Amino acid sequence: MPSLQHIRRKITSVKSTQKITKAMKMVAAAKLKRAQDRILSARPYAQKMATVLKSLIRGVNRDQHPLLHRRKARKIELIVITADRGLCGAFNANILRRAQDFIREKREAGFKVGISVVGRKARDFFRRRDIAPRQMWVQIFDRLNYAHGAEIGQDIIGRYIEEKFDELYLLYNEFKSVMQQRVAIDKLLPIEPPEAVETVTGSYLYEPDETAVLARLLPKYVEAQVFRALLESAAGELGARMTAMDAASRNAGEMIRKMTLVYNKTRQAVITKELMDIVGGAEAMRGG
Amino acid sequence: MPGQIQFDLATPERLLVSEPVDEVIAPGSEGEFGVLAGHCRFMTTLRIGELRYRKGTEWKRLSVSWGYAEVEPQRITVLAEIAERAEEIDLPRAEAAVKTAEQQIAATTGKHEEMAAARRQLEKALLRLKVGKKR
Repeated sequence: MPSLQHIRRKITSVKSTQKITKAMKMVAAAKLKRAQDRILSARPYAQKMATVLKSLIRGVNRDQHPLLHRRKARKIELIVITADRGLCGAFNANILRRAQDFIREKREAGFKVGISVVGRKARDFFRRRDIAPRQMWVQIFDRLNYAHGAEIGQDIIGRYIEEKFDELYLLYNEFKSVMQQRVAIDKLLPIEPPEAVETVTGSYLYEPDETAVLARLLPKYVEAQVFRALLESAAGELGARMTAMDAASRNAGEMIRKMTLVYNKTRQAVITKELMDIVGGAEAMRGG
Repeated sequence: MPGQIQFDLATPERLLVSEPVDEVIAPGSEGEFGVLAGHCRFMTTLRIGELRYRKGTEWKRLSVSWGYAEVEPQRITVLAEIAERAEEIDLPRAEAAVKTAEQQIAATTGKHEEMAAARRQLEKALLRLKVGKKR
């Protein structure tokens, strides 16, 4: 049986762990609200852009712009978005597992696969694998803003136009609700007109002209998509951390309860044993 | 007097304006243009500039940098990469930005791209200053 002191030390240790998990949960909850608001306020822009883009693309020849042109795919690039930090349940593991499956599938189908990573967890993971990330963006989630989406967007557009790859996929956690994230994989390039948006009827007058407007719009569309994925992932991470830390705090509480029980039982046993000793000793003295 | 039109201005970060207005004047890449209700369908890219809109007799100003506008008879939608209301512009910061941009231009080594980027910075900073001062 473990000694009293030993149990006491263990309880203290679990208690301080619980303090940390509770604090982390609280911090995540507070940040989550802001992250959710950001997704909501970024939506109108993305939706309007999708609507405009769809009506524009219908009227043009797809070969006219390199970002629309469908090449025969041989090289595929995957952008993996994870968090910078752990302690958020299966959030990162889900993404990384899906990434490996994707890479294996595409390789078996005869494609060459390259990757880029966003987030420290993805970088550390692929550092130990046989596939070296072409580009890495880490530690951006603390100060996430549109400039990050623009930077990543411009990088991949440049590479795509140079024909370093023929298709580009984006792998990230989509924010479904506070409790739930969904692993999403979107094809970003070549640009496919979004399906589920209302179509605008009638034609427009373009200024300077259709091609120029399209050339301006398409890169912005890619940037906006990347930015949206980053926001989703950021909110998802906080949601996942909140849930994970809540569970951890509860488990810690349960452990403390059980150990306290053992502690009290042991303490009682010790007292009883001491009493017996005293009583036994007194009996012996009197007898003698 | 023509009726009002729905004016939406969205940036990647937020929906900045969404209300019925009487008139919008925006900096198109081919020149400034005004929109009243019943305008023909029209789409244009925007340059860095000042965007104004009127509700009744009150004009409001915004600085916008890059983007495009979609005009329909009953609505105008502006998607701008950066947009700020005149009253939100922080003047001392805008002035500092102008100085930094000027220094950058002076310090460029004459490479074309560098120069163009620095110029854009300066243009943006000057615009913010101009719009901010008019509030």
